[in-house]
Amino acid sequence: MSHAATNPTVVAAHNGHHHDPHLAHHFETPEQQYQSGKLGMWVFLATEILMFGGLFCAYSVYRHNHPEVFEFAHKALDPVLGGINTVVLITSSLTMAWGVRAAQLGQKRLLIWCLALTIIGGAGFMAIKSIEYNTKWKHNLFPGSYNVYSKTFTGEETPPLDLAALNSEGHHAPAHEAGEAAPHPVKTIYDTRLVPHDPNAGTPDEAKIKPSFATSTGMVTQAPPAAEEHLIYTDLGRDRHHVTVFFSIYFLMTGLHGIHVLVGMSLIYWLLRRAIASQARFFADGLAVTGTGLFFVYLGWLIPLTFLLIGGAIVAAIGIVIALMFAGRALRATGEGEFDPTYFTPVDLVGLYWHLVDLIWIFLFPLLYLIR
Amino acid sequence: MSYANPPASAHRIDDGAHVEGAVHVHAVSPRLLLTVFGCLLVLTVVTVAITKVPLGAFAIWAALGIAVIKATLVLLYFMHLRWDTPFNAIIFVSALLFVAIFISATIGDSNEYKVNYLPPPGSEIQAPQ
Repeated sequence: MSHAATNPTVVAAHNGHHHDPHLAHHFETPEQQYQSGKLGMWVFLATEILMFGGLFCAYSVYRHNHPEVFEFAHKALDPVLGGINTVVLITSSLTMAWGVRAAQLGQKRLLIWCLALTIIGGAGFMAIKSIEYNTKWKHNLFPGSYNVYSKTFTGEETPPLDLAALNSEGHHAPAHEAGEAAPHPVKTIYDTRLVPHDPNAGTPDEAKIKPSFATSTGMVTQAPPAAEEHLIYTDLGRDRHHVTVFFSIYFLMTGLHGIHVLVGMSLIYWLLRRAIASQARFFADGLAVTGTGLFFVYLGWLIPLTFLLIGGAIVAAIGIVIALMFAGRALRATGEGEFDPTYFTPVDLVGLYWHLVDLIWIFLFPLLYLIR
Repeated sequence: MSYANPPASAHRIDDGAHVEGAVHVHAVSPRLLLTVFGCLLVLTVVTVAITKVPLGAFAIWAALGIAVIKATLVLLYFMHLRWDTPFNAIIFVSALLFVAIFISATIGDSNEYKVNYLPPPGSEIQAPQ
């Protein structure tokens, strides 16, 4: 019936009805088109769940078989930063849901604000994430054989006995004071050949069977603390070389999630550009260029590379000039944006994607950061 | 076509309906959005606080339970599943079901051959070659 629906003049003449120019010819009504699009998005989200399911499966199998490794290694993750990131992501989910509402009701200016705030939330999440990644890189806590705990690690560094000190200096500080000499020669403790696994380690039987902490090789090792209080590297026994697997799982899960955050931010930027009137879209581009420049400044400070700092600053300055040139026009013309109660499907579907990203983080946070 | 500025009232649920050609949807009220947001924040605090309580083996199930409640809130209200056609929910829940089958079957499988790759407790660790 509406095969010429994409041509507004033809449509306007058709029975005197105004038809939505967004309505594709193979759909009867905008309602049907909207519901079909949504169904397709939910099928896609189901495939996303299946993709992440593989990583959750790897996590479950390794945690099931090596629970002490997860208990030991998760201390490298900062629950404060992870918690802040959870709040940031939940807040950006709220602004996204509010943006969908604004689009459904034709509140065009509010939609622009909501989309902008959601992008800022995503950027904040990635910034905090990169601070966390940077801490891991500094301490050689990479995935696979580049990890300091790997058997094939070729670097100079020795694997730390306790990872808690990486995040909160002093919070979970080791028992001995900084000035005091380490009670035992550290080198021997790392040598797995000199420290056989003790089945009674950490159990109440240990004190009865072995009152002194002398091993069969005659080496005196650090007294193992009660297992439920504090695990250190030497307590892991035969599972010791699996510590590197925890970091592989951590980086794969949070990395794939981080890629999803970046994709979601790009999609929301695409929405933002369409939500702003066509004459004023350079405003959004200016903001995007500013963001890119600031990202390079941040990267330059993180790595640290002077040319990234200077180049990023130049790009950010160009972006600010573009944004300022078009800001006035953008603010005057927000009523001309594309989304309204007759057509808001893209906002709704990108919203669903963004909430899925939030959903996955809701599971990642307790599973990775809050093991004890 | 001109749009009247619809009131952002919590009681009008189909505010967009009076616009000609509008897609009939349930626009979630700001009050409900903020309530769900508040619940999510409270549950985040709870999931952090609960790690201070010695729950032993139950801790993982408590953490997962809270995460499931949070995920359900997001699905029902932020993702509109409560007002959607049930078919969308069926698709999503079936994906979760298959992930559950996948994970439990894999854990069960790894239990079967665990003896082959983990030395019995108390055995000496072999020096790497």
